Amino acid sequence: MSDARLSVFKTYKLYVGGKFPRSESGRVYEVTDREGTWLANAPLASRKDARDAVVAARKAFGPWSGATAYNRGQVLYRVAEMLEGRREQFVREVAEAEGLSAAEAAAQVDAAVDRWVWYAGWTDKIAQVVGGGNPVAGPYFNLSTPEPTGVVAVLAPQESSFLGLVSVIAPVIATGSTAVVVASERFPLPALSLGEVLATSDVPGGVVNVLSGRTAEMAPTLAAHQDVNAIDLAGADENLAKELEIAAADNLKRVLRPQPVDDDWFTTPGTERMTAFLETKTVWHPTGSLGASGSSY
Amino acid sequence: MASVFEYAPAPESRSAVDIAPAYGLFVDGEFTDAADGKVFKTVAPATEEVLSEVAQAGEADVDRAVRAARKAFTGWSALPGTERAKYLFRIARIIQERSRELAVLETLDNGKPIRETRDSDLPLVAAHFFYYAGWADKLDHAGFGANPRPLGVAGQVIPWNFPLLMLAWKIAPALATGNTVVLKPAETTPLSALFFADICRQAGLPRGVVNILPGYGDAGAALVAHPDVDKVAFTGSTAVGKEIARTVAGTAKKLTLELGGKGANIVFDDAPLDQAVEGVVSGIFFNQGQVCCAGSRLLVQESIHDELLDALKRRLTTLRLGDPLDKNTDIGAINSAEQLARITALADRGEAEGAERWSPECELPSSGYWFAPTLFTNVTQAHTIARDEIFGPVLSVLTFRTPDEAVAKANNTPYGLSAGIWTEKGSRMLAVANRLRAGVVWSNTFNKFDPASPFGGYKESGFGREGGRHGLEAYLDV
Repeated sequence: MSDARLSVFKTYKLYVGGKFPRSESGRVYEVTDREGTWLANAPLASRKDARDAVVAARKAFGPWSGATAYNRGQVLYRVAEMLEGRREQFVREVAEAEGLSAAEAAAQVDAAVDRWVWYAGWTDKIAQVVGGGNPVAGPYFNLSTPEPTGVVAVLAPQESSFLGLVSVIAPVIATGSTAVVVASERFPLPALSLGEVLATSDVPGGVVNVLSGRTAEMAPTLAAHQDVNAIDLAGADENLAKELEIAAADNLKRVLRPQPVDDDWFTTPGTERMTAFLETKTVWHPTGSLGASGSSY
Repeated sequence: MASVFEYAPAPESRSAVDIAPAYGLFVDGEFTDAADGKVFKTVAPATEEVLSEVAQAGEADVDRAVRAARKAFTGWSALPGTERAKYLFRIARIIQERSRELAVLETLDNGKPIRETRDSDLPLVAAHFFYYAGWADKLDHAGFGANPRPLGVAGQVIPWNFPLLMLAWKIAPALATGNTVVLKPAETTPLSALFFADICRQAGLPRGVVNILPGYGDAGAALVAHPDVDKVAFTGSTAVGKEIARTVAGTAKKLTLELGGKGANIVFDDAPLDQAVEGVVSGIFFNQGQVCCAGSRLLVQESIHDELLDALKRRLTTLRLGDPLDKNTDIGAINSAEQLARITALADRGEAEGAERWSPECELPSSGYWFAPTLFTNVTQAHTIARDEIFGPVLSVLTFRTPDEAVAKANNTPYGLSAGIWTEKGSRMLAVANRLRAGVVWSNTFNKFDPASPFGGYKESGFGREGGRHGLEAYLDV
């Protein structure tokens, strides 16, 4: 065997509707490491790609939100399992992208795997924590239940290419929404590789859609899109965030503004990223009374 | 009105309330004139009689009120929760004591029947303060972590359809959580909020904790845009809600919006028909249909369409429209000439677009703003009256054949506030409730409200919840 074997490069592609398309625009951009060394070409997704991703996410929303919480939990746990098996690949990609040592990158990837596990366990618990019966002053059964808001546009954090990414995707899909994710503009490769993990983790196509390219190009389309229910602005700077929030008002999207990040995403999250994309439905029904004449309204 | 029974008039006594000829703004515990001296008149919609002349807040007044609220915030938020709770309990009790007076006042200023203000609005107002009073010293247990903090100054803008109830929905949770408030009531119904200011004084509430600014949309816009407001809560139209969302974009202000609706009331063929008819009537004619969660679209299963419509029309002929102070009155006045014009235009449009219009024989009083209960049949989903919120006593009747079709039609709207389901089959009720994209689903009942029950919309009906434990979140830094 020759030492000089030529390695096989990977063509990084988008992940939309469970498939791996190139950008419809045919564009790519160069992704480099911190020193400027070329790592790969990533698709430079267009506004049309963003709209296609919304269509895929909308199509996936019905079945995914209708799946049992237990089932969603198993699927999320499966993501952790698949990721664990490809740990080395992600450590390398994160190290190259963010300029971290192997040990530092490994800590990021391990925390990301654990985050999937954490959210996997939440799927069938959040409803009991944030919902419940309401003691109304009358003969009524009255129950409040959280429901997923729908299609969520997620602007992934720009700096934390993988742990930050997982930390914003997992809470959206744990509760039954579907996501259109705009990856870190400068460090998109771990996100595009995550698509390959999701595709082999029983996550139905369209539940997570990953786009790479210019955040400022795609985000306005997503913020103004009439079939997007919510937007997470984690990856937007102050000016872009304001512009997007204004656009999002047009159909009253739920907006999660950029939040302060503790300890580079290592801190165990609270429930806020889940509740930000939950609606509360309250159902009333008369309880009637069991008198001599039987039940009645 | 042709009626089986003739009723003698049974008017509630107007002397239960003493309305002063003029009222000021309530800022920092005092009633004061507007900085620019402007005033406006508030009229009784049932008679067009001028009830009082009220100071009209402008930008300078908004600034003064926000400063008063900011100053009061330090002390109010530092009070032990138990003490805040006792203020709110006091307010709840005083409201109960003065409920007859307030019911008459609300009926005069709003035009809604005394039966509703007496039996619905006022009991709910008192209950809301009583409910949130109890939360003030239990916030550690509300599920938002230990020692959740208030936001600061809340700017609140409320509508005219339930003036005092909307005030209660806004002020009670805000104060319980330790915020101070500046509230702008609607320009057509400022009086009950000003009476509430007096209740705050009777309760000994520290000055500046509650500030009331009667005024128009410009005052509301100035309030939500004020840089020292930390929280904005609005109930009103979707168009204004979107404008407010744009205004607060890029700021740290927390926002909750409770906006319009186009609720579907779905009646299946196995529904208890008489109860369904009562629910449909309450769904659209309660408060003259000027309710964001009104069941303004009746979706009836084809096989019972004729039977249900016959029963519904029979029932509508027995509704009594007239003097809101009469205890027998079912349908009161429309709140303003402007709203009446809007309802009239939309109903005319329904006719012009080909829907079939029907109203019971109904004599309208010669003065005041009135609109007869109206229903439209042969309505399609493309009709304006099936899409736009009318905010009046106008019901659009559509049909469906299968549960799937009912759900699809019910959800076919940018709104998502309320829905109703009428069926005797429990599994069908639950399956349909599950698939409706609406924040409140009433099954085999309609238009029920309770301070413990979260209320609010999906989609363009707004976000955030009012009522219950959920309602605390809007006023906490969580």
